[in-house]
This record gives sequence, structure tokens and C-alpha cells, in this order.
Amino acid sequence: MGEDRIKLRMVKDRAFIGGVVVLSFLSMVPLLLILFYILRNGISSLSWEFLIELPRPVGEKGGGVANAIVGSLLLVIIASLPAIPLGVSAGVYLSEHRDGRLSSLVRLAVEVLHGTPSIVLGIIAYLWLVTTMGRFSALSGGIALSIMMLPVIVRATEETLKLIPDSLKEAALALGVPYHRTILKVVLPAGLSGIMTGIMISVARIAGETAPLLFTAFGNPFMNWNIIKPVNALPLLIYNYATSPYPEWHAIAWGASCVLVGLVLSLNIVARIIASRWKVQF
Amino acid sequence: MANVFSNKARALPQAPSPLTQTAFQRILLISALVVVILVLAILLSLIISSFPSLKAFGLNFFFSTTWDPVSSRFGAVVFLAGTLLTSFLALLICLPFSLAISIFIGEYFRERILSSLLKQVTELLAGIPSVIYGFWGLFVLVPIVRNLEMKLGVLPYGVGILSASVVLSVMIVPYAASIGREVIALVPSDLKEAGYSLGATRQEVVTKIILPYARSGILAGILLALGRALGETMAVTMVIGNSNIIPRGIFSPGNTMASVIANEFTEATGALYLSSLIEIGLLLFIVEVIINLIGRYVIKRVTVEV
Amino acid sequence: MEGTVLRTEALSAYFGENRVVNKVSLSIPERKVTTVMGPSGCGKTTLIRCFNRIHELIPGAKIEGRVLLREEDVYAMDAIVLRRRIGMVFQRPNPFPTMTIYDNVIAGYKLNGIELSREERDIMVEGSLKKAALWDEVKGHLRRKGTFLSGGQQQRLCIARALAMNPDILLLDEPTSALDPKATARIEKLIVELKKTVTLILVTHNIAQAGRVSDFTAFLYLGELVEFGPTEKLHTAPKDKRTEEFLTGKFG
Repeated sequence: MGEDRIKLRMVKDRAFIGGVVVLSFLSMVPLLLILFYILRNGISSLSWEFLIELPRPVGEKGGGVANAIVGSLLLVIIASLPAIPLGVSAGVYLSEHRDGRLSSLVRLAVEVLHGTPSIVLGIIAYLWLVTTMGRFSALSGGIALSIMMLPVIVRATEETLKLIPDSLKEAALALGVPYHRTILKVVLPAGLSGIMTGIMISVARIAGETAPLLFTAFGNPFMNWNIIKPVNALPLLIYNYATSPYPEWHAIAWGASCVLVGLVLSLNIVARIIASRWKVQF
Repeated sequence: MANVFSNKARALPQAPSPLTQTAFQRILLISALVVVILVLAILLSLIISSFPSLKAFGLNFFFSTTWDPVSSRFGAVVFLAGTLLTSFLALLICLPFSLAISIFIGEYFRERILSSLLKQVTELLAGIPSVIYGFWGLFVLVPIVRNLEMKLGVLPYGVGILSASVVLSVMIVPYAASIGREVIALVPSDLKEAGYSLGATRQEVVTKIILPYARSGILAGILLALGRALGETMAVTMVIGNSNIIPRGIFSPGNTMASVIANEFTEATGALYLSSLIEIGLLLFIVEVIINLIGRYVIKRVTVEV
Repeated sequence: MEGTVLRTEALSAYFGENRVVNKVSLSIPERKVTTVMGPSGCGKTTLIRCFNRIHELIPGAKIEGRVLLREEDVYAMDAIVLRRRIGMVFQRPNPFPTMTIYDNVIAGYKLNGIELSREERDIMVEGSLKKAALWDEVKGHLRRKGTFLSGGQQQRLCIARALAMNPDILLLDEPTSALDPKATARIEKLIVELKKTVTLILVTHNIAQAGRVSDFTAFLYLGELVEFGPTEKLHTAPKDKRTEEFLTGKFG
């Protein structure tokens, strides 16, 4: 009788690990499916012209997504310009003031920002910029994305600098180097790889975002470099074309998806390489 | 040689003025303050812009199923229902998979190539933009659901709560697995060895010792996933059917708080309409903050325990 | 006392409310090696960190009393200027990891944006590394980062870096406690050499080391200066019972 019990437990044991393995591998399936579909449907649209031409009106064949690529680039630049200095500064503050009431407050604020749904940030950028400017613009879209980048950069900076031994800072200060130069020329360079990784990850995060752009950057069928006018972006284009009734546009959306996924994946891979190769040893 | 030393060392210029030094400290301080002020400003803006709607509908907003732009009467119940339904269903669906991944990486195949492969894949999953999930969901998943619905004799929308939940569940698998796998790996060996020496099978050690010990970490991951699901916009918008009637079942189309904002914001005519949408955004914001804070609290307790 | 370069008057140092150094009055003779010795936690590290004002960087730290460098109040001058006259070597070697060996030596100048001609830099690097007895080992590798050096070599690099500023005083906070015996011996030899050009204040809990290298010894116990005098006298005929007990190993 005891032997039956034991046998049952052995069976359960085998079944359990079997279940764990099966479920784990099953969870990889969607990724493979998505990549497969994107490649299968999108690869036929990809060409050099696809990347440098503008979209054609409905019904006409061909055309490309150049304006969306340019728009995405523009948005990333507009977002990075405030987010990087502000984020790194705040991160330095947090690592220099480990305990402190303001520090706890800042960390809380960073958490809240990180968890804010991107569509809410779109609303905010709309309220702050679109209504005051009276129009949709790349600027408002960029600002929404900037707020999304901020918490990632602050956290990455703080975590990286926390790992740098205090003795490095003390060595510089003991040489008579003033505080600001110690931070800027000794501490930050030592933490550069971690900070750069954080920046790349935050860029990858916003490059694929659509929701905050829906009523800020808004989209634009034409090429636009002007930051106070509406601009197109790869995710926006994909959304608009995918939900349209036109098969030619669907094809373009698949092609654009290839480009976007390729971009986001490359950024993530580069971030990982930077994290391991450039790491400073202590 | 002595000359170079004595000349240069004595000739070191005056230290930079205290002004430069404190200016730098001030810049750091101001950056920190800006972050805090930003959050407060976001909250404030949302509240102020929700005023018209708050005044017009008050608490009834959260109990009314009417969403009628024509007569300017708005209520959020449909979207609350849609959000809660899709998020919890998605959590339910993803849980076995996330748990399996956590156990796989944290316990069974720790330090093996297979685990780092799985880790990479789940991280890649998390990196795919949501509009792409929506796109795939719309063109691949929805037809499948439509076939299923036809077989079941239900109205074959294809889009609806079920499709949205499935897409969401795929998206949140990495989040639910993330913290869990770390915590599971950190369970002290002597606890496990105690179990084995009592004659427990591996499965029993996992279910009776490891998982209970790691439950805070697993919970934290689940909260993280829930937060992600609640705020997800694009993928949901593309497959949920965008109907403003309360869903009758998982095969009905519906709308979530995030998706209704995405759909109707640019077409909102009238201040009250816009204000109602913004109030929904405010609600979303507050819910997310609360979930985040709870998750944070749980994580803090995990780090203390471990 | 011949040529006092630094002295303290009733110096006390606190971490918040916790007094770690208690009314220490000490005179450091010029161009000699003075050891500050005592058991762990006696306040010796904190004491010397008051000399170059590194102590005050810790939140909540404060001092009472005076520290005078050549009769100038150290707390009345600019801390940055002070730290260029008093150099410090730390317990764990800490060369700047993102800089080459060459740049590490002249880091005090580089980081302050002081322009030196190529020739001046070369002379300074060679001179400091020779003074720190490291030149022969690294002269072919000046453009490499310092992280490939052994612990002892890294510490000598840090000494070279501090010496390049041509300080009046060099503070050494347990400089060999992280090193193996061979490296320790080399640095002890270096310390004795260096006193020809610079005053050295050494902190250690290693009695034998104090006996080997120093001319004068100050014994600190629970923050108080118990005894101070020529090393040989203090070791062979200590005046205070606590000193004797420490020397004979009654407590560590």
C-alpha cells in the first residue's frame, strides 16, 4: 500500500517537471509566431525604396515609410534632450544622498512615473502643449515620450553609481579635486556603461510607443522636420494602416513592423553588449 | 625634476569658487525636485481637467453604464468592467505559464544554457511594442477566435474580451515571471535539503517549500503584471471591438478605460466629453499608482525576508 | 619639538552624537614617520581624516578643537587647497579605473583642469613613479589602465599619485592591510625612503609594522591620546599601562 503511495508521488513528480517544461516552452511560442508572421508578411514589402519613399495615396501601389522613420527619429531626439540630463542629474542626487527625506520622495515619484500608463502621459502632453500651442506637434509627442524615459534613466543612473566604491570618490576629493569635478570626471565616467545601457533601454521603450502619440504627434502623411507640426512615427503608421480596410496598407504595416521590431531588438542587443563589454572593473 | 614639482604644485590655481561648487549641488537638488514636481503636476492637471465631469456626474460616474456623447451623459462602468475583465482574465491565463517559467529558471534548470535562453526569450517578449502585438492579434488571433465562435454558435465577432485577454496574457507573461524567478533561485539550500532528507520528491519540495517561501516575490510579479495589463492600450484597442455596451460574456466586444481614451479622445466634441475621458484617465492613473505602491511594499518585504 | 609641521589642539571628532576622537593634542614632527597606533575602533582613522578634512564629508560628522598646518588653521582655509597640501593613501588601493597609469599619476592636475606641457607631464610622471619605487615595473605600460597591476603595485601607484601633488604631509591609512607580506615589505621600505622629502603619518593596528618604520608613535585608545613619543622608547619603556597592555597583546 505504501508502495502505491510512493509510486503515485513519483508519477506526480515526473508529471510536474514535464508540465513545467512544456508550459515554459509553450510560452516561447507567441514570440516565435509573432516574429514569423511579421517576417513572412512583411519581408515582401521591404526594399530600399520602402525606407526612403513617402506613403502613396490609397489605391496606388508602392510607397514607403520614410516619413515615419524620420518622425520616430525626431521624436527620440526631442525626448532625449530633456530626459537624459535631467534623469542623470536626479540619479546622481539619489546616489549621493542615500538616506534623506527628499530622496525617498524622489524614489517614490520615479516609481509612480514608471508605472503611469503611456496614454495618460499622452493626455498630459495634450493638456500642457497641444492646447497651449493650438495644434498637434512633434514637440508635444516628444515631451510625452520624454516623461516615459525619465524614470528608467534615473533608476539606471542611481543603481550604477551605487555600485561604485566610495573610496574612488574619496581618493579624488583627497587629491584636492572639487566636488563637482569629482562627480563629473571620476564618478560618472566610472559608471558610464550602466548609464548608457539605461539610456538605450529607455530609447527602446519609447521607440515602440503609440498611445502617447495618438493625440500629440498625431501623424502626418508627409515628411516633416518641423517640431511644431504634427509628425508621423513608425508605431503610429502601423496602427493606422493595420486598422484600415485597405490590403495595400496592411502590407505596408507588416513591412513597417519588420523595421520597428528590428530596430527595437537591435537597441536591446546593443544595450546588453554595452553593459557587458564596457563594464568598469573595480 | 624638483623644480617642476615645486613650481607647478605651488602654482595650483585658487580652488574654484564656492559658487561653482554650490551651483553644482543646486543643480542636482533642482533635478531631484523637478521629478517630484512633475508627478504632482501630472496629478493636478488630471484633476483640474476632470472637474467639469466630476461636477456634472459626481460619484454616479462610476456606476452609470450610459456613455452617450449625443446627450452628453457619461458613465464609466462599461470601461471599468472591460478593464477588470480583460486584466484578470489575462492574469489567469498567464499564471501557469509564468509560474512554470519561474520554476524552470529558478529551480530546475538554474545556471544552464536552456535557462538563459528562456530568459532572453521572455525579455524579448517584453520588448515587443504593443502595437505589434495588436497587429498580430488582429490578423492572426482574431480569425481563430472567430472560427471558434462560429463553432460554438456565438456571434462571430472575432474581436472581443477573449481576444483582448489572450493578447494581454501573452504580453504580461514576462512581467509575472520576472520577480518570481529571482526569488525562487534565492531560496536557501538548507531548507530544500531538509525537505529532501525527509524523503520529499522534487515536486513536493517545489510546491511545499520553495513556492510558499517565495510567495511574496511571486505576488510582486503578479502585481507588476496586473499593473501592466491595466494600462495597456494599443494591443487591447485593436482587438477588443470598441463597443460601449457592457459586455455580456467573454465573446462580446467591449472597451477598456485605456482603449476608450485612445479611440475617442481626438473625436471628443464638447468640453464635457473630453473631461469625462480625462476623468477616466485620472482613474487609470490612480489605480496604477495604488497597484504600484502595493507592489513596492511587497517587494520591500521580500528583500527584507531574503 | 624640532620642526613641527602639523599640530592639533584638543581635537575631538564626532559622528552625530557619538564622540570618536576625544580631545587629542598632538604635534607631528616634520620629515619623520609618525605612526598613529591603536586597537580597532580607537579613532585613529577618524583622527587623520580630520587632518585633510575628509571626515566632514560624512553626513552628521563634526569636530571641536583645532588643527594647525604650519600654524595655519586648517578649518579656516579652503578644504580644496588644504587637500593639495596634505595627501592621502587609502586602505584599499583605488587607482581611477577609467584612466591610464600615466593619467592616474597626474590625476590631481588633470581633474583640476590644470594645463601642463607634455614635457612637464612626462617629467612629473617619471619622477613620481620613481619616488614611489614603481617606475621600473610600469615604464613600458604607462598607457594601460591600472587594473592589471597587483595590489601592491596599485598601492604604490596611489602613492605616486599623491606625491605628484608635492604635498607637505602624506597620510597613509593602513596602507598595507590589504596586501601580501612581500608587497607590504616593499611599501614599508618605501615609507622609510620617503621621509627624506615628505612628512608621513601612518595609521596602523600592526605593532610590528609601527616598530619597523616609524620614528615617532602616538598610541590612541578609545579616542584618547594615551601616549606619544619616539617609537623605540614607547615600545621598550611605555609610560602608560594601557600602552604596555596593547603592546603585549593583552587586547587587539
